[in-house]
This record gives sequence, C-alpha cells and structure tokens, in this order.
Amino acid sequence: MLAWCIYISFTGAFIAALLPKDKPALARWFALAVAAAGLAIAAVGFAAGTGREVIVDALWVPTMGIHYLLVADGISRVLVLLTGIAAVAGVLFSWNVDLRTNQFFAFYLALIGGVYGVFLSGDLFLLFVSYEIAIVPKYFLIAIWGSTRREYGAMKLALYSFTGSAMVLIGLLAAYATSGAHTTTLAGLAHAGLPVSFQMWCFPLVFVGFGILAGLWPFHTWAPTGHVAAPTAASMLLAGVVMKLGAYGCLRVAIGLFPHGLDPWGVTFIGLGSWRDVFALLAVIGIIYGALVALAQTDFKFVIGYSSVSHMGFVLLGLVTLNQIGVDGAVLQMFSHGVIAGLLFAIVGRIVYDRTHTRQFADLEHMHLARRLPFAAWAFVVAGVASMGLPGFSGFIAELQVLVGAWRANPLWTFGAGVGIVVGVAYTWRALQKAFFTDIIPGAHVLEEEKAHPFAPITWPEIAGVALLGISTVAVGVYPRVLLDQIEPAVKALLGGVQ
Amino acid sequence: MNYADLFRAMLPETVLEIAALLVLVVDLGIVRKAALQTRVAVASFLGIAGCIVAIWGVYSAGNSGFSVDGQLLLSAGSIAGVAQVGILVLTAITLLLLVGEEFTRHVGEYVAVVLMAAAGGLIIAAAQDLLVIFIGLELLSLGLYILTAFAKKSGKSAEAAMKYYLFGGMSAAFLLFGFSYFYGLTGTTNLSGIQTAIVQTGPTPLFYVAWILVVAGLGFKVAAVPFHLWAPDTYEGAPAPAAAFIASVSKVASFALLLTIGSQWLTLVPGQTSGLVGLVVDLQAISQVWTKLAITILLVSAASMVLGNLAALAQSSVRRLLAYSAIAHAGYILLGVATLPHYSMADIHHSLAAYKIVAAANSAIAVLYYILTYGLTTIGAFGVVSVVERATGSDKLDSFLGLHKRNPLLAAVLLVLFLSLAGIPPLVGFWAKFNLFAAVLNVGAGPVPFTLVALAIAMSAVSLYYYLQVLKRAYVMPAADESPIKTNPVTTVVLVAIAAAVIVMGCFPALLQNWIASFYS
Repeated sequence: MLAWCIYISFTGAFIAALLPKDKPALARWFALAVAAAGLAIAAVGFAAGTGREVIVDALWVPTMGIHYLLVADGISRVLVLLTGIAAVAGVLFSWNVDLRTNQFFAFYLALIGGVYGVFLSGDLFLLFVSYEIAIVPKYFLIAIWGSTRREYGAMKLALYSFTGSAMVLIGLLAAYATSGAHTTTLAGLAHAGLPVSFQMWCFPLVFVGFGILAGLWPFHTWAPTGHVAAPTAASMLLAGVVMKLGAYGCLRVAIGLFPHGLDPWGVTFIGLGSWRDVFALLAVIGIIYGALVALAQTDFKFVIGYSSVSHMGFVLLGLVTLNQIGVDGAVLQMFSHGVIAGLLFAIVGRIVYDRTHTRQFADLEHMHLARRLPFAAWAFVVAGVASMGLPGFSGFIAELQVLVGAWRANPLWTFGAGVGIVVGVAYTWRALQKAFFTDIIPGAHVLEEEKAHPFAPITWPEIAGVALLGISTVAVGVYPRVLLDQIEPAVKALLGGVQ
Repeated sequence: MNYADLFRAMLPETVLEIAALLVLVVDLGIVRKAALQTRVAVASFLGIAGCIVAIWGVYSAGNSGFSVDGQLLLSAGSIAGVAQVGILVLTAITLLLLVGEEFTRHVGEYVAVVLMAAAGGLIIAAAQDLLVIFIGLELLSLGLYILTAFAKKSGKSAEAAMKYYLFGGMSAAFLLFGFSYFYGLTGTTNLSGIQTAIVQTGPTPLFYVAWILVVAGLGFKVAAVPFHLWAPDTYEGAPAPAAAFIASVSKVASFALLLTIGSQWLTLVPGQTSGLVGLVVDLQAISQVWTKLAITILLVSAASMVLGNLAALAQSSVRRLLAYSAIAHAGYILLGVATLPHYSMADIHHSLAAYKIVAAANSAIAVLYYILTYGLTTIGAFGVVSVVERATGSDKLDSFLGLHKRNPLLAAVLLVLFLSLAGIPPLVGFWAKFNLFAAVLNVGAGPVPFTLVALAIAMSAVSLYYYLQVLKRAYVMPAADESPIKTNPVTTVVLVAIAAAVIVMGCFPALLQNWIASFYS
C-alpha cells in the first residue's frame, strides 16, 4: 500500500512535465492532488501499520542478489507521514510559482518520489538509488526558481550531496564485496557478520557520507546557502525532509549495518575513545555553532537556515546515544523539525518575503509586520516557540528525549546541547522581535505610506499550509504517543540488532 | 585450412563489405542525380540493412570460431559475439543519425567507409592472432582517418584528421614493434600460443618491454592517458556523425580487444592442466605474469580517470568536454580490464578455481556492459550536439543556452544522457559503473583495487560538475535567442529512443546483462 506513495509521485512528476506550459493553475491543482494522494496513502499506511511489514519483495538483479524490496517499520512510517505532510504544504506554499510551473512541479514531485523511496527501501542498493534520484531535482529547483546566489547555492548543494553519496557508494560496494553474502538487502548485510576491523573504517565513511546531507558539522556549509537560495517550497523540503534523508541513512545504514564501528577504539585521543564520541562531539558543536551563527545573522532566512543545522545536531546526537530514549528522541526530532522548519521557511520565504521583498532585519524592522501581517506574526510565534522547544509542541518532547538519552550516555554531551537550547531561545526571540514586534514607532508619513500600499491579503493556500504544519506540531506536542507508539518498537528492534 | 569455415566465420564482415559496395553502386549509379536528402536516406537505409543482416550473420556463426592448424584465428561467442553485435547496432544508429546531415556531398563514400571501418571493428573483436588483430586495427583506423577528414570544407576537420593520422600511425608502429617482440620471444603470433610459451619459459624483461609497447598502441585506440592527445582535437574537428562513430564503435572494438587479450592470457591452457601439480604451477605462473602486466593498465587507468575528469572541468566546447569525459570513462573501463580475476595457490587449496572462472566471466560481462551502454549514450550525446551545432553554428557551452525552450524534447534527451554519463541512478550509466566497480572489488578486495575504486567514484563525483555545466545552460540560464530548433523526425525518434533505452536499461539492468550472459552459455 505505502509503495503507492512512490509510484504516484513519479507518475505525477512525469505527467506534470507533459502538462501545457501556459496553464499554471492546472499544474498547481494537479500537483496538489498528487501530493494529497501521497499524504492520504501515507496517513492510512501510518494508521494501519504495525511492526515491520514487507511491502514488495522482488528479485531485481539476480546476478548480484539485489532486491526490489520495500519495507516499512515504525521509523519509516513516521518519516513517510512527514514527507506526505511536507509535500502537501510545499505545494500550497508554491501556489505563486508562475515561471515554468509544470516543470517546477515535475522536479518537485520527482524529489518527493525519491524521498519516499529512501524511507521505504529495505535494500541498500535501492535506498542508494532513491537517495541519488533526489539530488538532481534539488539542483534544478534551486538553480531555476531560487533567489539569492541561486546557481552557486544549487551547485554547492549538488556537489556536497554527490560527494556524500560517493562516500556512501564506496561503503556500499565495500560492504557488498566484503560480506560475500551475495545480497544487498539491509537485513541480509546486517546478518552477514562483517568483520569488526572493516566496520571500524566503513562506519565513519558512511556516517559522514549521509551526515553531509544531515548538516553534520563541519560539512554543513551547503545547508545555509542552499536553504537561502532555494525557492520556498524547496527550502521547506530541504530542511523538512531532505536533511532527514541523511539522518535516516546514518541510522538505518551506518548504525544498522556497521554497529561495531561505534565500539571503543581501545585508545583515547584527546578524550575521544570511539567514533561515537567523535560524532557526538561534532553533533554538539553543530548544535552550539548553528545556534550562535543564527544569532548573528542579518538575513531572516539565514537565521532559519542555521537553526536547521543546530536542530539537526540534536538528531545526530540522539542517534549516537545508542539508547532507546535517545534514538526515539532523534526520530521524533526528525519529524518535529521537519514540520517546524517547513513552517518557518514558509513564513519567511513566502508569506513575508513575497510581500516585503526583503529578508533583511534592518528593513523588516521598519515595516511593523505584527500590525500589517498579523497572520504571519502569529504563525511565526507558534513556529518559533515550537522551535525553541516549549512544552505543548513537538520540539519539546523530542529534544527532551534526546537530552535524557545523551545524559545516560555521557552527561557532558547534555551540557553542550543545553547551551544550544538556550542560544536557540535567544535567536528565535531576536528574529521574532526584529522581524515582527519591533519597537520603532512609525511616523505619520509611514502610516500613510502603509495605507496607500497595503500588503496583498493572505491567500487560502497560505492559511491551509500554515494550518497543516501548525496542527501537526501541536498534535504531536500534546499527544506524542501517536508517533512514539510507532517509533519505540522499531527503534527497539533496530538497537536490538545493534547490541 | 577450410575456406567454407572461413566464410562462415567471416560472414558478418563479408556482409558489411558487400553492403558497402552496394551503397557505392547505388549512390554513384542509380540515385546520383537525386536530391542530397534522398541520397543520404537511401545510403543510410542500405547501410542499416547491411548491419541487420550482419547481426543475423553473427548469430548464425555459432560458437566454433575459425582455426588454422589448430591455432585459433577468430573466436566466436562470448566477448566476440557481444562486441560484434554491439558494434553493428551502434553502427546502424550512427547511420540513422546521418539523416539530415549536410556536411558532405559524397554520401555513398561516407557510408561505405563507415561500413568498412565497422568490418575492421568486427575483426578486432574476434581476433585471436596478432596479425589478424593488426589487420583489423588498420582497417578500422584507416576508415576513421578518412571519416574525420570528411568535411572537406572545414579546416578543423582536416587538422583533426591530420593529427589523428599522425598519432595513429605512430601508435600503430609501436603496436607492431611490440607484436614483433612477442613473436621473436615465443615464435608464434597466436595469443594462447604466446601464453603457453611464456608460462613454459618464464617471462623475460623483453616480454614486459613488448607489453609496454602494445599498451601504448592500444592505449591510443581507447584514448587513455598518456596516449590521449588526439582525442579532444578529433572529437572537436570531425563531422559529428564521424565523431560519434569514433567515440562509440571504435571504442567498443578496441576495448573488446583489450578484454580478449586480458582474458585469453588468464585462461587455463588446455592440455597443460592435466594433473594437479601442473595446474598449480600454471596458475602461479599465469597469475604472476598477469599481475605485473596489469600494473601498467592500472597506472594508465588511474591517470585517465584523474586527468580526463579534471581537464573536462575547464572545457568550453561541448565536444572537447565529451572527449575528456571519454578519456575518463576509458579509465573506469580499464580498471575493469586490469582487474580480471587471476588465480592463486589459495584458490586451488580452497577449490575456488571454478568459482574464479565464473567470476572472470562476470568481470568480462561487467566491462562489456559498460562499453556498450557508454557507446550508446555517447552516440546520443553527439546526436544532440550535432543538432544544436547545426542550429547555432557552434558547439560552445553557450550555444546550449535556453535549449529547454528552443526544443524541449532535445533538452530532455540531453538531460537523460548527460546524467547517465555522470552516473546518476536510475539511468544505465549508474548501473554500468556500479556493476563494474562491484566486479573489481569482487575479484580482489585488497587495498589497491579498493583505492582505485574509491578514486573512480570520487572522480565521477567531480564529473557531475561539468555535465551540470551543460545542463545548467540548457535548463537554467536565460537565453538571448529563443527561436525554436527544428529536428527532423528520424533524428528525433532515434534520440528519444536512445534516451528511453538509457532509462529502461537503468531501471531493469538485468535485461542487457542477461543478453550478454547468453553469449557465454
């Protein structure tokens, strides 16, 4: 059933490419229908699914034992649901794309199809193929429809992604050749008994390869430029689901296949005793660094871009805790950040930017957006407090779990992450104040000017998109069990294989 | 010597030669007065018909090959069969893309030379004897020199042909020199005879000198660094259909030859393998010799991958870009050729010899898969370049500006083909690379093959940049001139079919693989 998410998206991409160029409305409604169908399937699959289910299993390339194997477990189902939500919201916030609309949605839906494919793959080869499929549409989405330094941002993103996937490919081939198991299924490779010495060098290779896309510090630099250059829907997808692809790969492939790569080296080098320590350190640095840099930005979108690096640090930290609660938190944080970052980018890139045509705080300060765009202001308040991790929103429960997990693994990590949370409150507050609730008192001529040139009214797709994402984060924040019931058994099974 | 057998073994070549003569007769006789377009259509049709009959000839030739006095001259089946069918199919496609070209009025001669050169390719693909190899190579090369020079009004074409000819003559001399050493050392020109002799007497330093000379000669044919200097100029100057032919058919033939030499010199020698002791000695001897020979190929391979990809980054002409990318791809393929499975003592102790023979077939299949799909993709790429060139008058990167508006279908084909060359799934270029690298690692998981595979993958990450440079112009950057580019229906259908094949074979890699494997059973 869930497999249809993939097929619908790719078919939709193909049809969208063939739609007439001069009928943007048709392309929009078509894309919305495809994305909504995907979300509906994802939701039904999420509600109906329990445990690990094999959706399709067919021998794809017999000579190498490659299977076309689609598998869903709790983690997959949560992330597929996230993809569905982000896809629909992305279409809604792209309602104003008038340039080559059919092509835009063709690339968009191809990207979505690739993302669904990664989350549902039970075969490493298939996972890699889907992962790579997602790279090319990203490039074109940013390069054609983007803004600030779009060609630079797009090329940087494409090369970073491709470098990361090259590392993963080396790991994949090495694992296949070393195991001698004549299979590329994740389960098959996990049981092949790869030598510990092999896992020791293959784990960091693959973890960094996927980590690049997850915004692992210091390989995160594509993220802010890419996010800023991208059109709104693409930034929403980048932060919302594409970065999750990386984190998902780290969990499913790097940790799932090479668990012994996390074992202690037996020697300590400047306080680091294993790859686990190394990556935890990088994650904590990412959390603090991303937050501090976000605090210093003058461009609204860069704030959100760096905040993504910081929040993804929590995901990576949660993953390397290797305990139930920490990994639960990491997966929950993937969902939570996907929704919240999508909302933030939508507000900054679409609702605000399309009316003000600036993202500089220095200009926004004089625009009194809280008064003139109350909808945007309140939506940002909701997204902002969710992003800060206030109770009642999904971010709280996710980051709390990561912190508890980190404390159990190594209390020092928790202190680092805690600093990041405090700075996170600061930059969100600063952005909120500078962009919306400025204390500059407007002169009379400014008020007249504003009256003469009112902002375009908020449109229904914007309201629908904000509602979808906002309700998602609140619902999970109020009742996290809805996701945790799926996540916990899956993480337990995965960690059971690891330990 | 039995002439009936010879005729049967040479049936495909004979068919091509007859077709070539027929084309000449028809073009210079019957349709001489007709319009150029008609003559092109008639000549390509006859040529394609010849290729199709020749494919039937390959299938009907069976698996026996042709021997004189117990010495195999021409093989059939396995590598030869796959490469021959590949050569014929690719030749037919280049002839199809000729429709609409106007670079020459001598259509009949052009098609005839293409067919004769293809016959040379067929001979190389099957040759098992140094002299036959040389005859085939010369037949192919002479054809290619002429084809390169075919645009008589273009100075670039003449320059390219001259460079190609001089380099080619030099490399042929090297090759022949190396062959003469082989003959002098072993007293035979037969590939398996040479192997037997070397295993019996042990390799002398002179043998390695001869090998280096041969590698230089063959490295020229496949445009591997440092014998690649002709490639960019020839790709740039030759008429587009000729360049496509050089980039695909000639490559397939030359790599098939390298593969033949590699796998021939690794196969167990019949008659000497009786008794376990003899077997062990043979295996060790073969293994040692091959390991040393392979080092040269590995060096050439690594140099080609690095230099080809890095030089391609700086190109502003798409044809030169394709030439450097061809050099890089030659590097990947040579990696597969150099790491054919060889045998060691351990294999005997663990009775793995049979497994290694299967692995050898798998490696060869992976290499063949790569060559064929690469050839197909390159022809398509040249097809697109040639259409753009005719419309804009240049093959510079900037002539691709706004292609998605000027001809959306052509832009889509370009997108598919270039992404396939860059190795993006689910296109066939990705699968070809994956399969090849997996075969390399399956053979030897030591540090050397692993490092080279890692290098190859890293370099193909680099290659994405220059392929995207072209696609960026086609899709992203604004164009000054947005007038539509017209293509004739035949070209459109062929190019779309190639792109579709690249997608389908990428999604179902087993299709082509099973077909290749069918020649091995």
